[in-house]
Amino acid sequence: MLGEQIIKGMAVTAKNFFGSYVSKDRLTTVQYPEERLTPKENTRQFPFLVFDGDDAEKGLRCVACQICEKECPPQCIYIVKSKDKKPDYKGQMQVYPVTFDIDISVCMSCSICVEVCPFESIKMNNEFELSTDDRFKGLLLTKKELAKPNSYYQQIHPQDAKDSDAVIAAEKVKAEAKAKAAAEAKAKADAEAKAKAAAAAAPVGTPPANPPTPPPAAK
Amino acid sequence: MADKIDQIFVTVLHFLVSYLPEAWRPLASSLICIAFILMVFPLIFSLTTIFERKGIGRIQNRYGPNRVGIPFTKIRLAGFGQFLPDGVKMLTKEDVVPRAADQVVHFLAPIVLLIPVLLTYAVLPFGRNMAIADYDAGLLFFLAVGGAVEISVFMAGWSSRNKYSLLGAMRAIAQMVSYEIPLILSGVTVVMIAGTLNLSQIVEHQNQYTFGIAHWFVFTPWGLVGFILFFIASLAESNRSPFDLPEAESEIIAGYFTEYSGFKFALFFLGEYLGMFSIIGLGITLFLGGWTSPVSFLTWIPSWIWFLTKMMAIVFVFIWIRATLPRLRMDQLMGFAWKFMLPLALINILVAGLWHFMSHDWQRWLVCSAIIFGAYVVLGRGLMANQKLGKRIYRYAE
Amino acid sequence: MSPFFIITAVVTLFGAVLAMSLRNLVHCALAMAIAFAGVAALFLQLGAEFVGFAQILIYIGAIAILIVFAILLTRSGESPDKSVLTSGWWAGIAVTAMVFTILGWAVLSSSAVPKELPAAPAATVKNVGDLLMTKFVLPLEIVALVLTAAMIGAVLIALKEDNKDNAGGQP
Repeated sequence: MLGEQIIKGMAVTAKNFFGSYVSKDRLTTVQYPEERLTPKENTRQFPFLVFDGDDAEKGLRCVACQICEKECPPQCIYIVKSKDKKPDYKGQMQVYPVTFDIDISVCMSCSICVEVCPFESIKMNNEFELSTDDRFKGLLLTKKELAKPNSYYQQIHPQDAKDSDAVIAAEKVKAEAKAKAAAEAKAKADAEAKAKAAAAAAPVGTPPANPPTPPPAAK
Repeated sequence: MADKIDQIFVTVLHFLVSYLPEAWRPLASSLICIAFILMVFPLIFSLTTIFERKGIGRIQNRYGPNRVGIPFTKIRLAGFGQFLPDGVKMLTKEDVVPRAADQVVHFLAPIVLLIPVLLTYAVLPFGRNMAIADYDAGLLFFLAVGGAVEISVFMAGWSSRNKYSLLGAMRAIAQMVSYEIPLILSGVTVVMIAGTLNLSQIVEHQNQYTFGIAHWFVFTPWGLVGFILFFIASLAESNRSPFDLPEAESEIIAGYFTEYSGFKFALFFLGEYLGMFSIIGLGITLFLGGWTSPVSFLTWIPSWIWFLTKMMAIVFVFIWIRATLPRLRMDQLMGFAWKFMLPLALINILVAGLWHFMSHDWQRWLVCSAIIFGAYVVLGRGLMANQKLGKRIYRYAE
Repeated sequence: MSPFFIITAVVTLFGAVLAMSLRNLVHCALAMAIAFAGVAALFLQLGAEFVGFAQILIYIGAIAILIVFAILLTRSGESPDKSVLTSGWWAGIAVTAMVFTILGWAVLSSSAVPKELPAAPAATVKNVGDLLMTKFVLPLEIVALVLTAAMIGAVLIALKEDNKDNAGGQP
């Protein structure tokens, strides 16, 4: 009969109306500043830079390779390379960024920088309360504001951080093995050279002049 | 004591007026009444906007506005302070008039809307002895003045020189003219039974009790149907969902007031809600016993509280419907008015006549209910028969 | 003449003059609505509530809207450049004045109209209804019949024609 379905629909909405006062589970929204939803594991807002240890300057993983700067679709990253070098997490001497700015008013949160970074250095943050009263300076994040400790990364994205740490550990092991192998090889070579030299230079009796140079940086 | 509270507004009015010389009294008394209406109903309007937002929020399982309370304190008043910043925002906005618009008509339209809407309040009896102008032909006055709203809608739509405005105005006028007929015809039944067009006397007619239950017209077969017809027509007259085609946001932006901003927009908004309140007030007066109480043991509650309670209850149903039903299509809208409501209203008039002339026993209940139920079923079938429900066939898309 | 009468009379005449002299047809229709409202106010001043309200309901609520709609649906919105007065306006005025004089003279000299107006009866809605249902029931019915016939005619004109030749074009 005409109107039956209208009554049914009205009953549904009435149930919602009264139900929303009775059970809090029905309410899909929360009272934001007081109540918060825990962000989802894969939430991403804007990038940040990871550093190891306590000192942001010393432990920064970024080596200013500028791949992210080149790949960034909206061109929101700005990097200035350093002239000098400092050891990276593998102990190799690397350049580091003097300036690393991200304009988050331009950034589109695509996460491409994270994908291309070979050093597990740039990651996505889940911080979203970024409102500021200065729309130019306030939204231009500098290296200081971007640098976050690894522990923070482990906290916001536990799974990703685990994977990332595993990669770095593997690389470290690899680097160490390589260094070891190189050292062994060198030691061997040294020994051989020494033996040879000893053999050859028994008459001469001079040690090898130059100490072995460290192998060139991986990159 | 209850009597004094019931008549408090009347007493205060007499008290205020008694200080003036005799010659000034009628004018002063009208001015005070006008000021009263201009104060109370816009306040109810502003609270209703919050009420509506909160109600719809709850129906959609949200909280709705619940923040703004008294500034500089922690008191939130459940968000009912929201109307003040909303109002201030509305009034401080820039008033934009399109360059191509017809300046004079564009300016006059909101005023022309508000005048008839406010005039309709003159004849509504808000409580015992509380009708401001107790016209002999009060109902006719209400319908006549209410009908003049259409011209302002046309003025707004035409003068804006905007296709959406014009479409909205055309839709609004077509809808208002169509639904005015069932509205009036359903009111005619009440006039037939009560034998008067005076709204206060119509209320008096319903102010009697049998077994403790009031003689409201809605408690009779013809009154129930009349009330439902009146209710649907008043939904359409006040452009409320599901009859909100004239201002369908998803189709024609805001309809006839698309090109209005700032204070003029606020006036349209106000006029629309005040029109809704007044037509609800008329519905209450005609069918729901006006200011009378439904049961005799509650008659000690002041009459104006009864009126306001009934009004807010119906406003709630309006909001409830708005949150439930989707918008009608234009042809469905017209078909519903002319093919279902108009015939049913005419049959209802017939039934009201039968009711008047049959003897006062259970037989007239049976006969009247049977006729109305039969008519409802047949007309409903007829209305639904034309709908070709089923899988939708596209002419070009497939 | 009370000040209220003067105000309403001036408003009515103002509306009527505007309705004649404005260029834009929609403006004319709206000005005519003002004139109608003034007439309604005059009726109300004379104590004829029913006629006054009916004037508002029918003339402002229906006729003005109808005119406006007719203008909208039939013409473009441009207002004509020509002057509102045609070249023969003085002849029109002369004819109007003549007709008015003759009619006025005829009415005043007629014996059918009593010179002394009787006290106005209380024209309540109830009286009007009683009279319509007793003394004037036949004219009422005839008017109703005429209106029904007009409505059916309008519906017939507006009805979609059954052109079966065209039906083949639709898939």
